[in-house]
Amino acid sequence: MTAPTGGGAEATTAPGLDPTGLDPTGPTEADPTEPNPTGPTGIGPGHDAGHAATAGTGPVAAARPGPEWRRLSPRMLAVHPVQETLRALPALLAVLVAGRSSGHSAPWALAGVAVTVGLGILRWATTSYQVSADQVQVRRGFLRRRVVSIPRDRVRTVDLTAHPLHRLLRLSRITIGTGQSDRKEGLRLDGLTSDEAVRLRTELLHRTAQPTARPSAGSSAPSRVGSPAVPPVPAQQTAASGTPDSSAPGSFSLGSPAPALSGVPVPASTPWEPGETVLASLRPGWVRYGPFTLSGLVTIGIVFGFLYRIVSEAHLDPGRLGPLRAIGHQLQRVPLGVAVTEVVLAAIVLVAVASTLGYVIAFWSFRLSRQDSGTLHVARGLLTTRATTLEERRLRGVELSEPLLLRAVRGGRCIAIATGLRVGRGAERGGSLLLPPAPVREARRVATAVLGDAEPMTVTLRAHGPRARRRRYIRALTLAAIVPAGLALLWGLADWPGWAPLVGLLTLPAGALLAADRYRSLGHALTAGHLVVRQGSVVRRRCALARDGIIGWHLHQSVFQRRAGLVTVIATTAAGRQRYTLPDVDVNASASLVDSATPELLTPFLVR
Amino acid sequence: MDATTSSDARVLEDAAATAAALRLRDPQHRVSRRAIGYWSLRAGLGWLIPLAVEIVWLVADLDNLVTHVIWLAVTVVVAALHVGIMPQWRYRVHRWETTPQAVYTQSGWLNQSRRIAPVSRIQTVDTERGPFEQLLGLSNITVTTASAAGPLKIEGLDHETAQRLVDELTTTTQANPGDAT
Repeated sequence: MTAPTGGGAEATTAPGLDPTGLDPTGPTEADPTEPNPTGPTGIGPGHDAGHAATAGTGPVAAARPGPEWRRLSPRMLAVHPVQETLRALPALLAVLVAGRSSGHSAPWALAGVAVTVGLGILRWATTSYQVSADQVQVRRGFLRRRVVSIPRDRVRTVDLTAHPLHRLLRLSRITIGTGQSDRKEGLRLDGLTSDEAVRLRTELLHRTAQPTARPSAGSSAPSRVGSPAVPPVPAQQTAASGTPDSSAPGSFSLGSPAPALSGVPVPASTPWEPGETVLASLRPGWVRYGPFTLSGLVTIGIVFGFLYRIVSEAHLDPGRLGPLRAIGHQLQRVPLGVAVTEVVLAAIVLVAVASTLGYVIAFWSFRLSRQDSGTLHVARGLLTTRATTLEERRLRGVELSEPLLLRAVRGGRCIAIATGLRVGRGAERGGSLLLPPAPVREARRVATAVLGDAEPMTVTLRAHGPRARRRRYIRALTLAAIVPAGLALLWGLADWPGWAPLVGLLTLPAGALLAADRYRSLGHALTAGHLVVRQGSVVRRRCALARDGIIGWHLHQSVFQRRAGLVTVIATTAAGRQRYTLPDVDVNASASLVDSATPELLTPFLVR
Repeated sequence: MDATTSSDARVLEDAAATAAALRLRDPQHRVSRRAIGYWSLRAGLGWLIPLAVEIVWLVADLDNLVTHVIWLAVTVVVAALHVGIMPQWRYRVHRWETTPQAVYTQSGWLNQSRRIAPVSRIQTVDTERGPFEQLLGLSNITVTTASAAGPLKIEGLDHETAQRLVDELTTTTQANPGDAT
């Protein structure tokens, strides 16, 4: 078998260095596991072995020589020193710019840099990985050597990240997600050449992505609940897959140019590989939603933290800096009201600008596409690029969320509900992102395209009725009443000014507005394939959860709910938020809702 | 699997809603009667902590004797009500049932929960016996699924029942291959 020609000079760098003595640990441990160690041809055989395995020709794959241990790109050796120096930059800047230092801080910082750079080199030298027909193994550690193995059919997501420095050297960090919800991050290899990383991704997902594109979401009958989950059977691959993906350097081609799936056709203007359907790509106009994401708050926090460190390391007195002092004086001169307004306005402008910048940096050149092999592919990023590939058979639904500010300008965003991708804080920027803040119409279109079913995003939701509305008001107003009540208490007991509780009363109308909006948002529906839930006001979410992704129910009633004849219905799932809640459903409707969503499950427990 | 169910679920749902409402009945089996003792014991011991704190405070600060005695009295009354009412109430609520297809539990007292999980999605079945449980000859069973949100707990089963249930669930779960997600 010939080595793949794809990647050209890039690809040959790593294998070229492989057999030249830079692999002190490799062969010793690799040998026992491999009956036939491969020659020094580098990536080639291993890569081809992967291909053979994916072709579904089992015996052939087994008979092939075992894959060799590969290592990270030696160019990573250049990355570590720079990275660590950047991290210690505040301390160093203080020394260089201000010419003085707080005691021993700078020498320690330099020593720290030296140690971390040393550790980085050590890490590079001791890390190697191997992809065999049925598992991925990573060996790392110097004193404590560890081998992490992941069965290849457990690989659910592959994430390629490249920081600016990585990009300069054409490197990528690859993170292999195994779908273990409780493990925060999967297997991570920091520093492969980008070509090799892309090839590895193809290799890893090629095999598992064999079965028909979407067996899980939408298309299948909901009868899977109560019957065992059918493990995917690798289908026979066309002969085309035997040829290595040499079509274009650095490309992600899947060998067999099969006809595109039904869905949104590829826009003629987009140059992209065959077998790929672009579902969405960023339009520059969407940047207008940036200011409404408030993501800038975090950025500003980081920048201020950075500045603060420089200032404190260099013993600068911010009050002595000209512009800051001028601002301080100006604020002291004007009346309090004006000063407050000025500060608030300045803060708003700052947050808006930072949020917009953050939007551009995080989401520039965003593109969501579906590959014929049954994966969703998200690529984005201006400086740090990130490409996430997610198997569609792990997809259990889509969540469309509209935070209040974004909703005010008719924006929305989409994230995937997939097993192994637990959704939490920051999910909107993490691996499950399907669409950054964009027009809500676009968000609905993308959700529909990903689900392959228009109904979940268009179906009219069933409202939960006047009793649910009353509960929204009671809860919001009770919470809102705490503020004026507390202030009144302080007025009575601690001589606080009498106007304080009166001002505090303003929380009541705010609470009422919130309650009204929360009720307006609340609703659910059951479509042929999905349970659709919408709720929330500050962040309104419409979640479409595949009915066969529901792996249990929880019906909860508080004392008050029992009096009102309501019940909170919670569908539990292995994907996304793990639980999708329908608050305050009529008790009489709840049983039939659950029964229709997961037929047969409840049958023995139902009575009329 | 009946065809009408999957063809158009909403029609069915509407029909079900308008017809005599379907109701979810209670699970069949109660837990062991000894569970009442278990809950009383647990609650009672829990109340000892605030009571101890209040008594220590009373002894340390004898000047405000009346206030402290009032607080102490209130605590004792609340504790007595809790220990007296909660276990009986729980015993009336807590129930469980398994079929070859599903596990169904009901628990709580003021706030009540019903949980249903398909047997095919069960990942682990754990039995747990703390010191109180051992004292009373009881077992707690936790059934987990692939969802982080959905463990089902059955508290206060007697040993034999618990053992039988675990065996039964393990057998049926093993008969269902797949990764249960």
